[in-house]
Amino acid sequence: MAYVAVTGGQEAIEASIKLLKYYRTDGDKNLEIEAIKDKMKLLIDRVMSEAGLYAPTYAALALKQCEGSLEEAVFILRAYRSTLTRNHYSKTMSSVDMRMIRRISAAFKDIPGGQILGPSYDYVHRLLDFGIMDETEEENEKWRNSYEQCHQEEEKYTFPRVSDILREEDLLEEIAEEHREAFDITLNKLPLPAPRSARLQTMARADTGYISGLAYSSLRGFGAVHPTVGELRTGWLSVEVSYVLEEGQDIYVGDILVTEVESFVSASKKKTKEHDEMKVGIGYGCVLGRNETKAISISILDRALRVAGEAPVNDEEFVLLHGDCLEMNGFLSHLKLPHYVTFQSKLDQLRKKKED
Amino acid sequence: MNDTKPILSVRDLAVRFGEGCDICINGGDAVLDKGHCPYCHSVWALNKVSFDLYPGEILGIVGESGSGKSTLLKALYFDMEITEGEAYISQFKEGKTNIFELSSQQKRHIRNHKMGMVYQNPIMGLRMNFSSSANVAEKLIAAGIRNAGKMTERAKYLLNHVEVPASRIKEEPRNFSGGMQQRVQISKALANNPPILLLDEVTTGLDLSVQARVLDLIKRIHQELGISMVVVSHDLSVIRMMADRTMVMLNGRIIEEGLTDQILEDPIDEYTQILVHSLL
Amino acid sequence: MAYNISNQHYNFAFLDEGAKREIRRSILKAVAIPGYQVPFGSRELPIGRGWGTGGLQITLSIIGKDDCLKVIDQGSDDSVNAVSIRKLVTATTGVETTTDTNAATIIQSRHRVPEEKMRNDQVLVLQVPNPEPLRSVSPKETVSRNLHAEAEYSGIWLRLYEGIVKYGRTVIGADHPVMVSGRYVMNPSPIPRFDNPKLHQAECLYLFGAGREKKIYAVPPYTDVVSLAYEDHPFAIENVKGRSCRLCGATDVYYDEIFDSETNEHYFQCSDSGFCEKRRNGTEVNLS
Repeated sequence: MAYVAVTGGQEAIEASIKLLKYYRTDGDKNLEIEAIKDKMKLLIDRVMSEAGLYAPTYAALALKQCEGSLEEAVFILRAYRSTLTRNHYSKTMSSVDMRMIRRISAAFKDIPGGQILGPSYDYVHRLLDFGIMDETEEENEKWRNSYEQCHQEEEKYTFPRVSDILREEDLLEEIAEEHREAFDITLNKLPLPAPRSARLQTMARADTGYISGLAYSSLRGFGAVHPTVGELRTGWLSVEVSYVLEEGQDIYVGDILVTEVESFVSASKKKTKEHDEMKVGIGYGCVLGRNETKAISISILDRALRVAGEAPVNDEEFVLLHGDCLEMNGFLSHLKLPHYVTFQSKLDQLRKKKED
Repeated sequence: MNDTKPILSVRDLAVRFGEGCDICINGGDAVLDKGHCPYCHSVWALNKVSFDLYPGEILGIVGESGSGKSTLLKALYFDMEITEGEAYISQFKEGKTNIFELSSQQKRHIRNHKMGMVYQNPIMGLRMNFSSSANVAEKLIAAGIRNAGKMTERAKYLLNHVEVPASRIKEEPRNFSGGMQQRVQISKALANNPPILLLDEVTTGLDLSVQARVLDLIKRIHQELGISMVVVSHDLSVIRMMADRTMVMLNGRIIEEGLTDQILEDPIDEYTQILVHSLL
Repeated sequence: MAYNISNQHYNFAFLDEGAKREIRRSILKAVAIPGYQVPFGSRELPIGRGWGTGGLQITLSIIGKDDCLKVIDQGSDDSVNAVSIRKLVTATTGVETTTDTNAATIIQSRHRVPEEKMRNDQVLVLQVPNPEPLRSVSPKETVSRNLHAEAEYSGIWLRLYEGIVKYGRTVIGADHPVMVSGRYVMNPSPIPRFDNPKLHQAECLYLFGAGREKKIYAVPPYTDVVSLAYEDHPFAIENVKGRSCRLCGATDVYYDEIFDSETNEHYFQCSDSGFCEKRRNGTEVNLS
C-alpha cells in the first residue's frame, strides 16, 4: 500500500487568511478609518505608544486590518516602522514649551498657572451610557457647534514646571547634567547596564499592562518607591529638524501629543556633619498620547531602577527585558509552532530511562 | 611558632561601610565609637587587621557579634569587597602577590584550590537543588576533571570520610539534618585538598551532641591532613577545644592574641578578661 | 527596484540597506570569532519575534538575486512557518526557491540540519530561540557575559553531571551545548542531538540568528565542534535503530513519529521531507 506524504501547508495558510478576511468584514456597517482615528483616540494613542510610531492614520488602518487587536496593530506598525529610512533626529524638545491641554499636580493644591483638568476620565462616573447608543452625527455636530461658540479654540497653555519651584528653593536632589546624545534602542541592542535614555525609551514603548503592573507592585510593597505625582502634563510639542543646508534654520515637521509625568520621592543625601539632608528626588516618564497611567508608572520605575533594592522593580534586567510587546507576544505565541523534533528528542530520553 | 613562613599573611585589612571622611580615615581609634564614625556615620567592620596563619596550625578567632570575625573570613574568601589591605598565600605565587588585587579568574582559582570555606548557614555553601554528590563534584569540575565515574568515586570517598553514607549521596542536602549539611559542606570545601580551611561559626545553632560530633570530625581531619585552619566562633569552649592560638576581636580590631591556653587562663586586655569570665 | 506588497513598496529583501550592512558586519564578526554571540540591532519584521526573525534577518542580509533559497521547519518545506517565511523572502526578492538541499545556496531552517551533506558553497541559517547556554546557570546577561569572557562553563558541566547522578546519563534532549574551536560554548539551536555531529568540521557555513534576543553567531567551515560530554559518558544521539521511513524506506535518518488516526498505527517517516521526496523520485542523494 502506497502512502502519500501529507502536503498542503501553502493551501492551508491561504485558506486561513481568507477566513480572517471573512471575520474582518463581518456585518453590514463599514468601518471607516476616519471613525477609528477621530472617535477612538485613546486606543490610537496606546497603539502609537507601544509601536513607538506617531502616525494616527496608520494606527487606525492597523486596527482596522486586524479586527481591533492591540497586539497585532502594534506589531504591524513596528514592522512598518522598520522599513522607513531614518535620516534625521529631531531637535530636543522641552516640555516647558508644551502647549498643554491638561496639567495637574498632586503635590501642591495651587501651582503657578493653576490646575487645568482638561479632558480626563478621572472625574466621570463609570456608568454605561445607554443614551449614546443611537446618537447620530447630526446631533453631535450640533452640540459641537454650540460648544465651539462658547469656547474659542481649545486653549493651549504654557507654564513653567512645578519642579522648578522646588529647584529654586534648592529642595531638589542634585542630578549632574548629562549632555550625551540619547541612545537609540531601535538601532542597537540594549546595553546592560543601560543608560537612562535607553531605559526611558524602552519603557515608553513597553506594553502598558506590564509597566503598570510592575509599578503597582512597587506601590504595594515589592519595592520602596511610593511617590507623589508632582506634575502631570499632556500637551502638544512641535517637532523640528535641523535644516542641513543652512545652519540655524529649522524645518517644522509637525505636532505630537505627549504626556509627561514628574513624580516626587523623598531622597536623602549624606552630609559630613550631623544629619542627613532630605531632598526631593524625581522620577520621570514621558509617552506618546494621553497614556497617563503609563506615564505615571514609568516615572515610578525610572526612580526604582536608580535605587538599590531586592524587589523586581529594582532589577534592571528584569524590568527592561520583559516588557516589549513584540518580543513578549511573539515568544509566547511561538509555542504554537510545531515542536515535534525537540519533543521527539525528549521522548527519546524518557524512553531510554524506561529501558534502563 | 618557630621561624617557618606563614601560610597566610594578612596586613592592615579594612572593610568600611559608608563613604568615610578625613577624620575617621586618618584619625584612628581615638575617633571611632565602637567602630562607628560619629561624623560621617560610616561603620568600620574591620580596621587595620593584621595576622599570620602558620602551616598546620588551627587559629581561633573569638569575639561577640559585631566584632568583625565573620566579616574577616568573608573578606578573605572574596564574598565581600574590602576597602583596603593585603593578603598573601605562600602556596600561591610564592606568597608574593596580594590576593585582593587578583583578577576574578584568579580569585576563583583561589576559592577552588587554595582556600576552602564552611559557612554557618549551609545555604551559603551548598546548592540545595543539586545532589550532595554534585555539590562535591562542583569543585572537581573546577579542577578540570571530566570523568563522571572518577568524580563520583572521589565524592563518595570524601562524603564517606565525613560520615555521609553512600546511600545518601544522590540526595539533595536540603533533606539532611543540620549536622549532616555541615559535614557535606566540609567535604566540599576539602575536595581539592586546599592548604587552608576557613570555618565560620560552623557549629553554632546545632544541638550540643551534634556540635561535638562535627568538631571531632574537624579535629580528625586536621590530624590526618595537617591542613591549616581558621576557626571563628563566639563560643569560647569551641575555641578552647580546637584552636592552638587565638585572636580576640572587638569592634573590627584584634585586641589580643596568643596561645589559646594563655588567653583563656590569663588574659591581659580588660575586654578579654570580661569576655572570658562571662563566657566560661 | 521596489517590491510591492499590499500597495506598499519595499526595498530588495525588505530591510533597508543600512540594516543589511549592519547585520552583515555582525555576521563577519561572528565568523571571525566562532561560537561567540555577537549582539546586533535586531530589526522588527512582519513575522513574530520567536518565529524566526533572527534567521530571517540573516537570510535577508546575505541573499542576492542569483541565490536559490530553501526554507524548512522541523525538516519540512511544507510546514506553515516555512511557507510563511519563504513567501516573505520571495515577495521581496523574486529569488528562486527549491525543496532540493543540493540545489539551494541558502537554506534557512528551524530545528533541523538537512540529511544531505552540505557543500562549501552553501550556507545554513538556523533559527535560534535561546542563544545563551549559560541561561540555566544565571538568568542575567551581565553575569553570563562575564562567564563567557572567562571561559567559565562549570555550571553547564555541573548540570550534565547531575543528570548522570540522577538518571545514569546526561538528559539534555535537543539543543545540546557544544564547544566551538575549543573556546566558546554555544547552543546549536534546538536541533536534535542526531544533528550535532554534522557541525563538526562541516564544509558549509553555519549561521545562527536569534532575533528576539538580538544575537548572531557562526561556525565557519572546517571548525571543531564538540558536544559537551564526560569522558566516560560519550555524547549519544537519539536511538533510531530499527526504524525506517514508511514512505521511502530510509534508515539511519531522523524521523517524525506519526500516529495514524484511522488505522491506530504508529509509524515513522523522514523528518527531512525534501530528502524523502528525492528518494521516492529516484533522484540521487548526497550523504557522504
